[in-house]
Amino acid sequence: MNIDEYKGIMVFAEQRDGVLQSVGLELIGEAHRLAKNLNEKVTAILIGANVSHLVKEITLYGADRVIVVNDEILKHYDTEAYTQAVTTIVNKYKPEIFLIGATTLGRDLAPRLSGRLRTGLTADCTELSIDEESRELWSTRPTFGGNLLATIVCPEHRPQMSSVRPGVMAKLAKNEAHQSEIIEELITFDRTKMKVRFIKKVVDTTKKIDITDARVLVAGGRGVGKDGIEMLQNLANVLHGEVAGTRALVEEGLIDGTRQVGQTGKTVRPDLYIATGISGAIQHVIGMENAQLKIAINTDKSAPIFQVSDLGVVANFHEVAPILLKKIQEIQS
Amino acid sequence: MDITVLVKQVPNTAEIRIDPVKNTLIRDGVPSIINPDDKAGLEEALKLKDQFGATITVVSMGPPQAQLALREALAMGADRAILVSDRKFGGADTLATSTTLVAALKQLKSDLIIAGRQAIDGDTAQVGPQVAEMLDIPQVSYVQKLHYDGKQTLQIQRLVEDGYYELEVDFPCLITVLAEANKPRYMHIHNLVDVFSREIEIWDFERIKPDVNQIGLTGSPTKVKKSYTKGVKQSGKIVEAANAEEAAEAIVTKLQELFMI
Repeated sequence: MNIDEYKGIMVFAEQRDGVLQSVGLELIGEAHRLAKNLNEKVTAILIGANVSHLVKEITLYGADRVIVVNDEILKHYDTEAYTQAVTTIVNKYKPEIFLIGATTLGRDLAPRLSGRLRTGLTADCTELSIDEESRELWSTRPTFGGNLLATIVCPEHRPQMSSVRPGVMAKLAKNEAHQSEIIEELITFDRTKMKVRFIKKVVDTTKKIDITDARVLVAGGRGVGKDGIEMLQNLANVLHGEVAGTRALVEEGLIDGTRQVGQTGKTVRPDLYIATGISGAIQHVIGMENAQLKIAINTDKSAPIFQVSDLGVVANFHEVAPILLKKIQEIQS
Repeated sequence: MDITVLVKQVPNTAEIRIDPVKNTLIRDGVPSIINPDDKAGLEEALKLKDQFGATITVVSMGPPQAQLALREALAMGADRAILVSDRKFGGADTLATSTTLVAALKQLKSDLIIAGRQAIDGDTAQVGPQVAEMLDIPQVSYVQKLHYDGKQTLQIQRLVEDGYYELEVDFPCLITVLAEANKPRYMHIHNLVDVFSREIEIWDFERIKPDVNQIGLTGSPTKVKKSYTKGVKQSGKIVEAANAEEAAEAIVTKLQELFMI
């Protein structure tokens, strides 16, 4: 492999059922920051069936070039079909860096791609940078349950592939005047290798809410318990936010798994994050530390959550919550 | 039906703490367990065995002490255990690990290969799909529910962000299973008694002969540049409220200061 042939950054712009996923736009933003150091361009790749209407949005968020693949076979995510499409594009355009969202799709597709392309893949990164001397991508990711951060490089293989969790990187501001080069690619698929049959997709309406979109999150931990959930919801309602929580709340069946924040849940960056009855284990903190304003309520003064909070209140949530709710309602009226 | 289950022995990361002075991981005394997603995968295999009859082979790659995880798998009801172990395999990233495992798996007949979605120490979720790719068989990851028709087809629910996909796939194939999919059974008491007399096959480099250029530390495309623990951030203001009223007031004041309400 002549690694000097590989230039520029390629971002996988994920769409799901014709809806562009935020993580792709976040990655375009991050790719721009990296591309500046490399003096290279950012290419987004969009694949699906009849998805050309999404190109404009990708352009306005800063892609220099958009490669579109439209084919009926790409309508529903299929590992093999997507692998063939992306591999063809990567082999033709030879990017030095390939970024993809660590969604259920990305985490299925990316390792398959890395196997076929025989290149290195770093999963679930939370930080990316370019080493100016070597032009290498340095990908940093949490490991050992979030206790350790490891910076990974891929010196001799291209593209350098990394997946990034949704919500970690910041989009560029939408620029209505931005233009991009648009290329339609036609792929010849080998259908004999596509052996997984799609029957149907079932949308679970309770999973419709995406907490990564919420501006305000009121989160609970073990200390909230069964009787505290309703109060959590009430607080979230008056603050026009959503309820979130730790793994403990999910395991107790008090909140849906889609509302879990942390290493095995989601990474969120809301304007306001209120952590109640959450001790602040690293596994949880890793998912919420980028929130703008973090307020913690906990009875244990030594709880680690206070170390990452802007305001920590040593108190019992069950006693504070009703008063807090009343005060907010008074101010709002 | 021949089922191969991939299991990894991992430190129980929930019990890992940071040494506050040295800022390093405290690994001493942290128990080793079968990775939870893998254990759920083994349970899936055992359920299929109960219902339809199957021969279950558990395969692990790791140092000699990983035999303990395999013994636990035998005690749960697996039929055969293989530890892929050699100094030459050490320091491997996911691609080199998958390459090594594939060299072993090619010597086994498997209708179905089951892996966990991801391991709790690395959290990469990469080895399952990479193994499927190198074996040139289809994969379905994030499996939350499985139905087997008794012949050669699996009906699968694959979890996605807003629901699930219903998929069908024929043997041979590889699936990766979520810990939530199954509550693993306990080790069987009869199995426990004889489990330490049963053989764990050790498959070393000579036994599986993988491409020496694509395994271990030197065959890994990715390298660890550095690793570090996160320093404790500057903490904000802490209010030790005299009562609930005062606590609520402190929060409201902060929210008002920043125009949140």
